[in-house]
Amino acid sequence: MHPARKRKLRLVLALSVALLLAGALVYTSFSGATQASTPSQVKASAEPGRSYELTGKVVDGSVDREGEGLRFAVRDREGTESVPVSYAGIVPDPFREGREVIVSGRYEKGMFVAERDSLVTKCPSKFTNEQSS
Amino acid sequence: MAFAGTASLVVGLLTALYAAVASVAGARTGRRALVVSGRRAIYCLAALLIAATAILQSAFLRSDFSFKLVAEGSSTDTPTFYKVTAMWATQDGSLLLWALLLSVFSSAVLFLSRRSLRDIAPWATAVLGTLAGFFCLLMLGWENPFATLASPPVEGTGLNPLLRHPAMMIHPPMLYTGYVGFSIPFAFAIGALITRRTGADWIRATRRFALIAWTFLGAGIMLGALWSYSELGWGGYWAWDPVENASLMPWLTGTAFLHSIMVQEKRGMLKVWNVSLIIATFVLALMGTFLVRSGILESIHAFGASTIGVQFLILIVIVIVGSTALVISRLPHLRSESRLDSLLSREAFFLLNNLVLVLLCLFVFWGTFFPLISEAITGTEASVGPPWFNAVTTPLALVLVLLAGIGPVLAWRRITPAGLKRAFLVPGVVTALALIALVVLTDARDSVPALAMFCLTALVLAVVSQEIIRGAAARRVITHDSWPRATAGLLARNRRRYGGFIAHAGIAVLFLGVAGSSAFLQQQDLRLSPGDVFRAGGYDITYERATARLGGDSTGTGAPISFGAVLTARRGGEEFTLRPSRNFYPTRDASKGSIGRYFEGEATSEVDVRWGLRRDLWTAVRPDISALDGPIREANRRFADASGDVQAVVIAAIAERYRNDPPPAAFRSIVSPLVSWIWIGGVIVLLGALMAAWPTPEARVRRVRSLYRARVGRELSGA
Repeated sequence: MHPARKRKLRLVLALSVALLLAGALVYTSFSGATQASTPSQVKASAEPGRSYELTGKVVDGSVDREGEGLRFAVRDREGTESVPVSYAGIVPDPFREGREVIVSGRYEKGMFVAERDSLVTKCPSKFTNEQSS
Repeated sequence: MAFAGTASLVVGLLTALYAAVASVAGARTGRRALVVSGRRAIYCLAALLIAATAILQSAFLRSDFSFKLVAEGSSTDTPTFYKVTAMWATQDGSLLLWALLLSVFSSAVLFLSRRSLRDIAPWATAVLGTLAGFFCLLMLGWENPFATLASPPVEGTGLNPLLRHPAMMIHPPMLYTGYVGFSIPFAFAIGALITRRTGADWIRATRRFALIAWTFLGAGIMLGALWSYSELGWGGYWAWDPVENASLMPWLTGTAFLHSIMVQEKRGMLKVWNVSLIIATFVLALMGTFLVRSGILESIHAFGASTIGVQFLILIVIVIVGSTALVISRLPHLRSESRLDSLLSREAFFLLNNLVLVLLCLFVFWGTFFPLISEAITGTEASVGPPWFNAVTTPLALVLVLLAGIGPVLAWRRITPAGLKRAFLVPGVVTALALIALVVLTDARDSVPALAMFCLTALVLAVVSQEIIRGAAARRVITHDSWPRATAGLLARNRRRYGGFIAHAGIAVLFLGVAGSSAFLQQQDLRLSPGDVFRAGGYDITYERATARLGGDSTGTGAPISFGAVLTARRGGEEFTLRPSRNFYPTRDASKGSIGRYFEGEATSEVDVRWGLRRDLWTAVRPDISALDGPIREANRRFADASGDVQAVVIAAIAERYRNDPPPAAFRSIVSPLVSWIWIGGVIVLLGALMAAWPTPEARVRRVRSLYRARVGRELSGA
């Protein structure tokens, strides 16, 4: 084959492979993603059966252990709208009332049913210190 | 003392700027004296920052709470070990660490290259000086580690208990050494571009720094993983957290860089690619530092909103735009000196390995920034979880390990069929045997990716062993040494080559551990009372009794209270004890009461792991202390104003109550096969990298060079 044609062929091949990969990347990530929502968004517009990533702060006085599981409420970062959460699995060490958490799950009949082990608690902060009161 | 610290930062800023200006002026006018003074200004900067760090460290050691940083990150009862490390647990302190490491590294490279690279070095000095100046400016303008408090508190807040782990002492400095280290090759690449000296000189001068940076970054990532595994109480070592990813990305492009520069050194190819890679690596390293501070992505690491996210973003944009423009304007000087001869050559496989590494980095980048991408495109923030990352990275990891086995034994330019057979016959047979043995003897066939990875590990190890044995055998023919002597001599002679081989073997071993532990992990969450038995990994494990320990927890983190459990694992005649526990750190929140504050503060899991080459048995406990609420409340009321001694007795009584009559506690047990090989593999990679980076004695290099020159001369005269 002529070197110039060979080079062109190679380029076309490489580009199509790249396009294919990019397509797969976009498709898998958009179809597999979980939507991040605040409690008020979940309450207002959650579709049953869809997976959401709930972010917010743990409501003071809402944490309640029952047997294997844990119940607590998560409220908007700024605001008071809150959603009750039922959760099972490992509870991260920094989990406390008032702390910011991320938890994945589905919203069913007024209750956010979390996936096992999906609870993530943000550190109070390594860099900005927890305020002592 | 704080004033002296601030003053040294001010002088440091001016010195850094002088270094930049003097170097550029010297380079443009050709006045060597100016260039030399610019270089010496960098040494001076290093001295100033060392002094500043010493001042801050002494404040931590003396518990001088007039320093804001000390009051917030330390306390008199913080163990000394953690007082020293508290500096980089704070934003301001970590900036100082960055600047310190940068100035020390810069001084080292400028000192070592003072007699060579006369054209490039001044521009590199200017880049490094500007960068150091940026960090000094950040500290002085927004995050001064020497800020003072008008009324110093009597007692400090103490270091966040989660950070009290030995790995946390060295993990951040290692990561930073990695991040900072990559700024050296970056600066020299920029210098090479500006002066249009785009040969391999800048690579030779900074290769070792890139390798050291890569090693430290890798070690930092490994230590972070080890910390996560043995401290965080969830039992995993990698969670695809944005900040973890941020440290992985420059490591991936850095790995690609270390490989592709060999092609430029040997064949004068891939010049644009190499400068682009080092620029990308440096930008990703800055991004890693930035991500921790910005809070733009949801992460366990993203610590609160920061004041300096914007400044970092500006720096990153300037670096990206400036370097891209520079590369484009120098494209005519970056032409390749030779062409790819064959797809079955070492350079082609280097290219392939580079593509895989960069692709891996792109995937990780896409997943990490997906929340932002998704919000920009669809308007809603969404994220991809660990399953997505695992799915897209597993095939690439398999290809990567395969390449690690094939690449190093291929010849430059073109491999012959005979060479192919010689290189791969034995390793191929070994791999096939490993496959058969695994399928017949173990249940590895349950997971195809894991099985594939096991076989590829066998391939890499076989290739590396074969190369070393062949080399040693050839050496024995000449020297008549014993086998160990011949092997040692061989490895010492060609450190770069065999260091690379050993690093490849280490990576393969590491992935063996990753494959085994991710495919065959067994996890149980249980609720047990003393006397209960459960089965895990073939062991019968009994919850013997609860423990309550006051003062001096076993790991020396300074926790006053530690509740735990004694577990006995039995299998056949084998028997051992596991003692997971949970440390409780007092809070300063007065509303919890004088006794309650000892129980209601931070608590951390102290997991207990039975390490093993075949499998780890990992256990954690979460004692249920809600049963103690009543006694604690009563104690709060009755001993509100009691002296410290009385409080200690009351707390001891409450702890005793837990020990004697413990309510059911929550346990997590994990049986993680082969996980130890991750750490072993990491150590092997480290050894290989150190070997490759170890300086070759100057005299020998010269002899080799003169021999080489003589040969070239002969060949030329014969031609």
